[in-house]
Amino acid sequence: MLELRHLQYSVTENAETNDIIKDVSLTVPDGQLLVLTGPNGGGKTTLAKLIMGLLTPTAGQILWNGADVTALDLTQRARLGISYGFQQPPRFKGIKVGDLLSIASGKKLLRRTEACALLTQVGLCAADYIDRDVDTSLSGGEVKRIEIATILARESGLMILDEPEAGIDLWSFNKLTETFSALHAKRDATMIIISHQERIIALADEIAVVDHGVITRRGAAAEVYPAIVSGAYNTACPARQ
Amino acid sequence: MNEALNSIDTALLEQIADMKGGQAPGAVNIRKDSGCASRITTDDVDIRSKTDKPGIDIFIRAGARKAVCHIPVIITRSGLTETVYNDFYIGEGAECTIIAGCGIHNCGEDESRHDGVHTFHIEKGARVTYVEKHYGEGDGGGKKNMNPQTVAYLAEGAFLKMDTSQIKGIDSTKRDTRIVCGPGAETVVTERLQTHGEQVAESNMEIVLDGDGARGRVISRSVAQERSRQVFYPKMTGNAKCFGHVQCDSIIMDDARISSIPAIVANSTEAELIHEAAIGKIAGDQLLKLQTLGLTREEAEERILKGFLA
Ligand SMILES: Nc1ncnc2c1ncn2[C@@H]1O[C@H](COP(=O)(O)OP(=O)(O)OP(=O)(O)O)[C@@H](O)[C@H]1O
Ligand SMILES: [Mg+2]
Repeated sequence: MLELRHLQYSVTENAETNDIIKDVSLTVPDGQLLVLTGPNGGGKTTLAKLIMGLLTPTAGQILWNGADVTALDLTQRARLGISYGFQQPPRFKGIKVGDLLSIASGKKLLRRTEACALLTQVGLCAADYIDRDVDTSLSGGEVKRIEIATILARESGLMILDEPEAGIDLWSFNKLTETFSALHAKRDATMIIISHQERIIALADEIAVVDHGVITRRGAAAEVYPAIVSGAYNTACPARQ
Repeated sequence: MNEALNSIDTALLEQIADMKGGQAPGAVNIRKDSGCASRITTDDVDIRSKTDKPGIDIFIRAGARKAVCHIPVIITRSGLTETVYNDFYIGEGAECTIIAGCGIHNCGEDESRHDGVHTFHIEKGARVTYVEKHYGEGDGGGKKNMNPQTVAYLAEGAFLKMDTSQIKGIDSTKRDTRIVCGPGAETVVTERLQTHGEQVAESNMEIVLDGDGARGRVISRSVAQERSRQVFYPKMTGNAKCFGHVQCDSIIMDDARISSIPAIVANSTEAELIHEAAIGKIAGDQLLKLQTLGLTREEAEERILKGFLA
């Protein structure tokens, strides 16, 4: 189970403090698929990075399986089974797709068939990619799918994916939703998917809306989603008010 | 197992020339502490000692197919310094791989130094792969220095792929490379260099594209750590209708210093030359990504450098 208690994150620049995550408390039970959605700049990625340990909260606590991990670093959290697929994955000069999957799996040498199976799950033809460098020669959608494959390879207890649909073509997207759906059906992992996509939202047990650094709404997908699209729920724009 | 070689020697040979137990397929010439520890010639590869100065002449038969030749140099005696001249004569249309390399094991207090001067005469249509690794070890205070010089002349349609790397442990190196490509000839030079501690490395390289259709490509990757210093002067000169590309990429760490000074010189309106050079620290997002996959910061750093220099 993942539990966030009064999580806050602010940055101070030129003596001006910007509260990016204001006060987020959230519990995600084991095996749940929670979709985080909400307007651009609402704080979804920041929240995910706080959970992974890429950012350090200004206040509050993060508990994973009952243990307080707030003070643990990235590597320690990764080893406890927390994983995060970047919204904008980095590229590497000289690290091959197969190498990255091996590192992700924690095995010294991932078997070729295992690596191929992972790539197939994100809709990539394994033979074409496994020996390619994860560098600028890959397209945006390719890098994004490889990023998701590294998260699948980790087989971790908590998977956080940041807009997995971004830049991905329709055919691969079908494959991806199938993969998430199958994974969720096994209930081995708690999944948090940041997404704006209706078809991913449809897979969710629950949706939470992150806006201006707070969770403005949370509930079953069937209730929250219609409210968002119908406009019953509006993001507060101070300029408009 | 060659009796002239002990376990230090065979370990060095494995490092620099991938030789197991001092053995390798094809022709072999092992130079150990200025003497000849082993020589094997084949139908395609003849090796003769020079009579006027230290070194060997290597002849690859015209039309040879997949000839292989290992000519490593090892120095295990502290204080030994030498200059060695090796000349390669590659016959017309021959196809060969030459594995050179130098390993120094210095446990003493005196400087050990190997200055190798390699000259290639590559005839029409020949295709040569030349691999050279430099490596030093031993914890005495004695310096381990190497100053390799490589000169190659490529006749019409010849091809030279040169891979040089300085793996580790060389205190000071000054490397000079000059390759002249005739019409339709092509060279691809890959240089990899890693320095640490107080090491210094300088690499001067000139590729002269001297005939129509000549092509040259230089790929230089380096990592400078701690207080080491590196200087690169890659130069591509185009004298005809030719294409040349220089690409230098360096990762700088700690208190290291790197200068990368590429030059392109066109002496013909038909010359097309490009250079790219970049120096930077390890990208932060790469480190973070590998840490999210469970590596420690140090492991992540090591993995990124290994990939970069691979
Ligand atoms: N280091 C920073 N300094 C200043 N502002 C920041 C910093 N990091 C994030 N922000 C701001 O915090 C807000 C939340 O950013 P975040 O990336 O979490 O949004 P998001 O919900 O993931 O948006 P998107 O849907 O566009 O991906 C944005 O307004 C962003 O500009
Ligand atoms: Mg985001």
